[in-house]
Amino acid sequence: MKQPNRHPSTACETCPVHSAANLLKLGVNMADWDYVVALAGNPNTGKSTVFNALTGLRQHTGNWPGKTVARAEGGFLFNDHRYKLVDLPGTYSLLAASLDEEIARDFILFGRPDVTVVVVDATRLERNLNLVLQVLEITDRAVVCLNLIDEAERRHIQVDERRLARDLGVPVAPTAARYSRGLPELLGIIDGVASGKTVCRPYHFQPESPELEQAIARLVAKIERAFPGLPNARWVALRLLDGDERLEEAVRQGELGKLQPQRDGNIESQRASAEGHRV
Amino acid sequence: MQSIQPTTAPEILETAQALRWQVGGNLHEQLVESIYTEAARIADRATVRPDEKTRFDLDRAIDRLVTSRLWGFPLMLLLFTLVFWITISGANIPSGWLAWLLMDTIHPILKAGAAAISMPWWLDGLLIDGVYLATAWVVSVMLPPMAIFFPLFTLLEDFGYLPRVAFNLDNLFKKSGAHGKQSLSLMMGFGCNAAGVIATRIIDSPRERLIAILTNNFALCNGRWPTQILVASLFIGALVPAYLGGIISALAVVGVATLGVLMTFVVSWGLSRTWLRGEVSTFSLELPPYRPPRVWQTIYTSLIDRTIFVLWRAILFAAPAGAVIWLVANLTIGGTSIAEYLINFLNPVGFLIGLNGVILLAYIVAIPANEIVIPTVLMLTVLTAGISELGISAGMMFEAGEGETLALLNAGGWTLLTAVNLMLFSLLHNPCSTTLYTIYKETGSAKWAAVSALLPLGVGFAVTFVVAQVWRLVWLIF
Repeated sequence: MKQPNRHPSTACETCPVHSAANLLKLGVNMADWDYVVALAGNPNTGKSTVFNALTGLRQHTGNWPGKTVARAEGGFLFNDHRYKLVDLPGTYSLLAASLDEEIARDFILFGRPDVTVVVVDATRLERNLNLVLQVLEITDRAVVCLNLIDEAERRHIQVDERRLARDLGVPVAPTAARYSRGLPELLGIIDGVASGKTVCRPYHFQPESPELEQAIARLVAKIERAFPGLPNARWVALRLLDGDERLEEAVRQGELGKLQPQRDGNIESQRASAEGHRV
Repeated sequence: MQSIQPTTAPEILETAQALRWQVGGNLHEQLVESIYTEAARIADRATVRPDEKTRFDLDRAIDRLVTSRLWGFPLMLLLFTLVFWITISGANIPSGWLAWLLMDTIHPILKAGAAAISMPWWLDGLLIDGVYLATAWVVSVMLPPMAIFFPLFTLLEDFGYLPRVAFNLDNLFKKSGAHGKQSLSLMMGFGCNAAGVIATRIIDSPRERLIAILTNNFALCNGRWPTQILVASLFIGALVPAYLGGIISALAVVGVATLGVLMTFVVSWGLSRTWLRGEVSTFSLELPPYRPPRVWQTIYTSLIDRTIFVLWRAILFAAPAGAVIWLVANLTIGGTSIAEYLINFLNPVGFLIGLNGVILLAYIVAIPANEIVIPTVLMLTVLTAGISELGISAGMMFEAGEGETLALLNAGGWTLLTAVNLMLFSLLHNPCSTTLYTIYKETGSAKWAAVSALLPLGVGFAVTFVVAQVWRLVWLIF
């Protein structure tokens, strides 16, 4: 399914402006795809604006926290790769027990997107980074889309995106999606991570107590033996230690291993299963 | 089979279970805290905000005070006491004016008009003594406190204080197994329980949302504030010298409201350990920057949006209730009115819980709207106490100054116990029919609607019963 990467022969072709011209918005027309990209982020960060800008769709953007838990999927063609973009519900965290957070978490965990783009609000970086750090625990293949930099500029807030990228260990793309600023660069970065040209080394939770570190190590060894090649064994171990019922179920059913080849991360069916697991 | 797979799923889970005891119970908090600390550190290193420093510091200083462990709760109680004191002492005078206008002036004119066109006595009674007086009573009792309380409350909201209250209460909600955002729906409930129930939509977890819905009724709604305020100033404020009356009444009302909040925690705690067991969600609450409240705009919008809206609803329910009250008081079977039958039937139950049949009947009549409890009680008391010297015919809503009201209630056999238990029962009983319908719509289940009616009613009967028995026992001994 994957097509060979085109090797850029001239300087022009590596320029982001050239790449932008390569973007073909496919809307809902997604016959098959090379990569799946998930869009995560806090509510009200302009996630849906990014989604609409990339796919050419007109996903309704709402402001009331919570009630619209609808699937949004769209496609685009970039750099000869066909991408499927999945808009996840806006959440503040992936730890807690709400349905929205479970849908987002399950998609990143079981749907195994090739890239997870976390859209963050540059004017409320601290709160937004809570979610970023949690996403980085689950997947290495992440990109931070530092959105709303236009608002940040207006309020004289400067965000040093290089510093941020270094601290987080993943690429950071500053954007103002409302004005399509920074989107070509974002696409280039997504493409780099998806094709494996860019390798991320994300920041991970460092336990304070040696007992916890030891417990994680012991559990990780067992999990890796049962599910070889699992990219987030450490995180799974942490969740099991925390008593996450959904993950205990996943281990029992062997979902962690089985879902690896499955590419169609149908968010609706996952929502149904998430509901089935609710207390 | 075991030898084929090196590690099996049950083995992983067993190991996890065993290790969980070693790492201790606070792993979740540790994780969340570490994430928050790290997010703050990284964000701080990457962000420069040059000219926001001065305003930011003032906000921080206020926040440190109002959300501090030591001062947070006392400040909260002080602020709410102040709000109620202003409401209670400010509402008396306009209430008097309205009573004079609607009942001393317009009512006789209407009666004279009815007599002039020789209206039949029953139609005149039903419309003017029933419907008109019920409505007028509700307006004169409710409008002044609402017109003071709502703008004050909205000013606090506009200033940005309410999220801080939520922040203060969050820890208690967490301890009782409920969601911290429940403090926000509780705040809404202080205005109107139906609105509070709808506000629980911000809670995503169904378990915690149900807890918030079932306990919202413990937030004293505006239909019950007038009852509390009136009974407190008649009976509790009268226990102390006049100059202290206002502040003591305010404290009594704050006490009942605080008891309601306490019941919210107790019942949430009970539910989360029995019926609605589960984990507590973590959430982040944004504390918005403080803003100088826009005083005139706030007063205007809270008068239009809340005061007039709520008043209109009260009038809508008071008018037919006035007709019903007049009818049960005037329709007789074998020489005794229906109301008397009902009151005599309910009296034994009322006595057990320190109330009386009149109050219980009033609560049945007032299921559509709590606002009309006091008018109904007064009217039914007139009927049963057989007071004629006030010149009131049976089933008629009447005008009464504070002194006359007190004299009337004393004649109806009221004691301090009746007043205290009425305040308690007004806090702890079934929500009004609008709220019940909202609960039914929000949960989609008649069962939960029934539970939310019976649960507070059960608590109310239990509490008033215990108070009545202890009270009488103490009376007996001393």
